[in-house]
Amino acid sequence: METGQLVAALAAGVKSGRVLFREQDTAPYECDGLTMFKAKPKVVVLPKTRDEVCHVLKTCKSLAVPVVARGAGTGLSGGALPHADGVLLVMSKFSEILEIDEDARIARVEPGVRNLAISEAVNHLDLYYAPDPSSQIACSIGGNIAENSGGVHCLKYGLTVHNVLSVTIALDDGSIVTVGSDALDSPGYDLLALTIGSEGLLGVVLEITVRLLPKPEETRVIMAAFDDVTKAGDSVGNIISAGIIPAGLEMMDGAAVAAVEDFVKAGYPLDAEALLLCEVDGTKAEVADELARVEALLKESGATMLRVATNEAERLLFWKGRKSAFPAVGRISPDYYCMDGTIPRKHLSLVLGRMREMSERHGLRCANVFHAGDGNLHPLILFDANNPAEVKHAEDFGAEILELCVEVGGTITGEHGVGVEKINEMCVQFSSDELTQFHSMKAAFDPTGILNPGKAVPTLNRCAEFGKMHIHHGQMPHPELERF
Amino acid sequence: MPLIDTLCERLAARDPVSVVGGDTKSFLAGRLIDEPVSMRDHAGIVNYEPTELVLTAKSGTTLYEIESCLNDARQMLPFEPPRLGELSTIGGVMASGLSGPRRIHLGSARDCVLGVRLINGLGHHLRFGGEVMKNVAGYDLSRLSVGAFGTLGVLTEISVKVLPIPEKEQTQKLECPQAKALETLIRIGRRPYPVSAASWINQVLYVRLSGAASGVKSAAAAIGGEILNEADQFWSELRDMNTQQFTCTDRWLWRISVAPTTPTDALDAFCFDWAGGQRWITAPPDDFSPFELASRLGGHAVCFDRQRGVGTGMQPLESGILRLNRRVKEAMDPHGLINRGRLLEEATHAN
Repeated sequence: METGQLVAALAAGVKSGRVLFREQDTAPYECDGLTMFKAKPKVVVLPKTRDEVCHVLKTCKSLAVPVVARGAGTGLSGGALPHADGVLLVMSKFSEILEIDEDARIARVEPGVRNLAISEAVNHLDLYYAPDPSSQIACSIGGNIAENSGGVHCLKYGLTVHNVLSVTIALDDGSIVTVGSDALDSPGYDLLALTIGSEGLLGVVLEITVRLLPKPEETRVIMAAFDDVTKAGDSVGNIISAGIIPAGLEMMDGAAVAAVEDFVKAGYPLDAEALLLCEVDGTKAEVADELARVEALLKESGATMLRVATNEAERLLFWKGRKSAFPAVGRISPDYYCMDGTIPRKHLSLVLGRMREMSERHGLRCANVFHAGDGNLHPLILFDANNPAEVKHAEDFGAEILELCVEVGGTITGEHGVGVEKINEMCVQFSSDELTQFHSMKAAFDPTGILNPGKAVPTLNRCAEFGKMHIHHGQMPHPELERF
Repeated sequence: MPLIDTLCERLAARDPVSVVGGDTKSFLAGRLIDEPVSMRDHAGIVNYEPTELVLTAKSGTTLYEIESCLNDARQMLPFEPPRLGELSTIGGVMASGLSGPRRIHLGSARDCVLGVRLINGLGHHLRFGGEVMKNVAGYDLSRLSVGAFGTLGVLTEISVKVLPIPEKEQTQKLECPQAKALETLIRIGRRPYPVSAASWINQVLYVRLSGAASGVKSAAAAIGGEILNEADQFWSELRDMNTQQFTCTDRWLWRISVAPTTPTDALDAFCFDWAGGQRWITAPPDDFSPFELASRLGGHAVCFDRQRGVGTGMQPLESGILRLNRRVKEAMDPHGLINRGRLLEEATHAN
């Protein structure tokens, strides 16, 4: 389809200035947070009204033009990578917080609202929105819905799916439906659960109602160093066995600690093989109690050093280290590639050991940050994008890590989504019947397949070309692995 | 031939299949048309490691067995599912998607599901989700199947998040009318107290606190009222809908799900749970007006009467949502073979 023809059709229902097509105007949108993949969209539309969104969808459906919706573009799996022949629907003008109901503890917001902006807007009411992905300063709530974003506090407070009451979406034909409601559940199938995490393949998010929580009276963090990652991993199990669910439970390996300490000076011990940050929150009395119990458990688990942040400034400094892990690693390597597998926690030392072997084999360094409480691992593979051989090794190394996660009973993505990045590994995690089921579900919402095509679910042909066997549960390679 | 293989073969041959677990909730969501197969022989806990906070069981495993096993490790199902009979199975619990009083604190049945295995309408045995807390690979078909009454596929295995039993639980009782109870809960809800259940019945508000002993104590002091002595029995009866008001037979029992802050004078509830989000009313037999009432309040109604013969007893769906529901059903069970008669079959009936 000619660009001019498409632009004219779109402009018929979208205010002028909101349809961009010249190369210098579309270039800034060529990638999201996963910069390894780039594509210039044919047209960028920045709608401001529901009518405009629906016009774009109807137009694209009738012309069979792909539509990719984009929030803030911070996603790490290429979910908002533009389609070279399609329209990029940038939702940043939907940036209003529409309603805050402090009695009901809910906020009604547009998809372009930043995650952190919600908490900021209700801060004076002593309320907040719990899911806090590391990109929360910049990422939009609409993108959070698409990816079912997590964060460092999800062990206790859940993922996006646990903190959203309803979502209004525009479907492929331009019709609008609201799934979920202000009640705690809704009749019929749970379309809300289906919508959240669907990576923009089922509809375009127009409005979201989120749950707000009362801010904890007190929050404290304790830092523990270990001379062995297995001991650190076991300490997490020991805390949970004791009946404690901390608000946050994060781990870093020696390589990550070294990079971070050099960058942030958070006071992390440089001789540690693993560092654990454990946060407890609640009422003052509760926190004092739990902190004492956690401290004792960490000591018993063999921590070589323990430090409780004595004031809020120090607590934030401890966290600053963890939250700066990605940029810190960015300082010691020209490029890094962030993975997102989840594993059953008990396999941590086995997985880390196997990753060390891979690191040597590929000749690339790897630093690990880990949402230890829920088993979500973020290995950062260090490489140089200007060196094609290293790029290839980085991609292969990443793919091997994800396959390892599936092998030990985990998943290829805990919170970043499949996007374009992990599409091949979907062939490893799911059988062809399962992938076919996903495609049928997609067709139920978007029969012509205009919404974010080519993402999240691979075609069976692609899997055949990729040539990887689905690791069938029960007949897995490496039967020596203890699984059940 | 193992049950699962038989079911797969039957569905592949386009033979309609209906399944039940313990058959304790068959009064909900419409009557099955086809003679059901019992899933009770497909039972057993497949994997449970307390430190991973995950339990996986075959769908015919009884709720009783799962809860005893968890209890031995001082853990629990976070969503406190109603126990409507001794034979109730985990498959039935998930198919019905019912949650108990703790739902407002630790989430619903759907929230706690991490993964399922199911047989779709083509007779394919599939696995979605997994045994880890965070998993965003593929559409969330495991949570979608919760509350679907088996109509999207035969559930064969379920992985669910489990949590430690709180160190301390204490219930405060405050005598007050319903409106005052709701006001009190709105106020309490603004504070970070560890409220694990909040219900009103017989002119008394009950607030259960769970967590570290010190936190429970300080919150109880702030909330006031008296300590309820037989708290476990009270919550257990409410959870299982076992008190006299729930079992009266001359009127139909209805569950109305609304925004928790919905004014109490909008409907004549004899009891509310979930801090106001779940209201229980009764209506004369064959009176379906609760559907209109719930719809006017922005919520929905479900008929819980055990004798009701007609309809699914489920809130009719708005047309856009109904269309999507039908397409979702078709995507999972294109020939409409599984659990015919349940959930959607009469959803177009405006009653």
